[in-house]
Amino acid sequence: MDKLELQKTAVEVRKGVIEGVHAAKAGHPGGSLSAADIFTYLYFEEMKVDPKNPKDPDRDRFVLSKGHTAPGLYSTLAQRGYFPREDLLTLRHTGSYLQGHPDMKHIPGVDMSSGSLGQGLSAACGMALGGKLSNKDYRVYALCGDGEIQEGQIWEAAMFAGFRRLDNLCVIVDNNNLQIDGPVDKVCSPYPIDKKFEAFNFHVINIDGNNFDEIKSAFDEAKAVKGVPSAIIAHTVKGKGVSFMENQVGWHGKAPNDDEYAAAMEELRKAGEALCQK
Amino acid sequence: MSEVKKIATRESYGNALAALGKEHENVIVLDADLAAATKTGVFGKEFPGRHIDCGIAEANMTGIAAGLSTCGFVPFVSTFAMFAAGRSFEQVRNSIGYPHLNVKIGATHAGISVGEDGATHQCNEDIALMRTIPGMVVINPSDDIEAKAAVQAAYEHEGPVYLRFGRLAVPVLNDGADYRFEIGKGVTLRDGSDCTIIATGLPVGESLEAAERLVAEGIHAQVINIHTIKPLDEELVIAAAKKTGRIFTVEEHSVIGGLGAAVSECLSEKCPTKVTRIGVDDVFGESGPAKELLHKYKLDADGICERILAEMKS
Repeated sequence: MDKLELQKTAVEVRKGVIEGVHAAKAGHPGGSLSAADIFTYLYFEEMKVDPKNPKDPDRDRFVLSKGHTAPGLYSTLAQRGYFPREDLLTLRHTGSYLQGHPDMKHIPGVDMSSGSLGQGLSAACGMALGGKLSNKDYRVYALCGDGEIQEGQIWEAAMFAGFRRLDNLCVIVDNNNLQIDGPVDKVCSPYPIDKKFEAFNFHVINIDGNNFDEIKSAFDEAKAVKGVPSAIIAHTVKGKGVSFMENQVGWHGKAPNDDEYAAAMEELRKAGEALCQK
Repeated sequence: MSEVKKIATRESYGNALAALGKEHENVIVLDADLAAATKTGVFGKEFPGRHIDCGIAEANMTGIAAGLSTCGFVPFVSTFAMFAAGRSFEQVRNSIGYPHLNVKIGATHAGISVGEDGATHQCNEDIALMRTIPGMVVINPSDDIEAKAAVQAAYEHEGPVYLRFGRLAVPVLNDGADYRFEIGKGVTLRDGSDCTIIATGLPVGESLEAAERLVAEGIHAQVINIHTIKPLDEELVIAAAKKTGRIFTVEEHSVIGGLGAAVSECLSEKCPTKVTRIGVDDVFGESGPAKELLHKYKLDADGICERILAEMKS
């Protein structure tokens, strides 16, 4: 998929986030939107996956360690063809398989249940270790939040991955700089994030995580690195793509009302149209 | 019961893993710097590539096991019960229990018979914790034979299993030719008509001895070994309640939330019967030689006998 197609797809992914969270009257749009370009790149360009065979033992794996941004993952999976897009409107509804946080038992394409912060990266390490033990060449991707990395278990996992030289593991930190209680560097600063991962023996790449050129080169570089795991520190904008949500901590875990929904969808519709005219 | 042969169930665990590893290449054993104590070193010696020491990081080890299991491996997470069920409770619940992953948790050093290390390492709460996780099987074997059978059964069972082992060497009880281990099936070890002692783990042997001594006092106690606390063999428990009308539960665990609670929950709903829970009362343990502690906390034959006599005569 070329850059323009990726950009158009990311707009559709963002629309799905807004639709799902609006229909649920709850959920986490901010971090879903900041990571939308990374979700899109992973599922439409980077990962060896087949929506018709979601349990293929040789597939690449993705763990959404920051599981609360499930609306972003679900929208991407629906867009990629794992399940019908209209099901996004059942997000968080009683009886729906689209649970508030990723549920591998019931959602096609979800490789690991997650949501309790700090745990996903360990599972990703287990998958990467499994690949090494069985001599398979699949890759494992884990997306963490910049607030999430305040959890100590993240660093237990990082120590393990660095020590075991899990070069089939790529950690992405969605560094949008906001967590529920405010800016991450005001709550309990995780900075410098890159230096920390370097100290745990990772190959570290800093990028603009909302720029497909930089996303592509980062994933290409990570794949080429042998002997150590990679960490991509993706500097992103929380709420990216919906102007009134951008960089607003209040949109971490709040659904838009009907007027806000209409405004957000209109803005995304226009963004999509503009890309189609390119 | 053989009085001579004694072995700690943690050793049985290590030996069973080594045997299992020979048969099945997908068995992976994880440790958190305690391989010498959990006795998994035997497995590690034979299969170094499949023995993963995660360092002192139990939460991460639990998650690694979850990830490995999604790739077709059958990981056995090994550490002390305090850390397997206590420190990593939420990892076990969310990363293993919720997705119902095929991970086995081998928890050694359970209960006060840990001995000298004292209260920080004496886990009397693990059965209670693990029992509340939907889909979790909880097994607490009573001797070497049962422990090895439990490891094999856990491997064959698809889904999460919590296996509880002890540090102290205990006599071999289940050496009868007709002994069969089945998850969720209790074993009647002794017949009796006046009361039933339902025991699990280490105190099963002590309960048998207590029952023997009670004969002299005119009390004929039935003894049942419940190695699987979840799913509980309700049929056997109810049948015992109907037969003897008086139940004593015995466990090296808090009287809150463990076997005694499971039996009481079952009987209060399905066959109301007086139940006395013998276990560690609502207190922490302390340092001391295991045998002295078991005596002090009244979990040896003396203590069990004394309590049953007092209750039966009141």
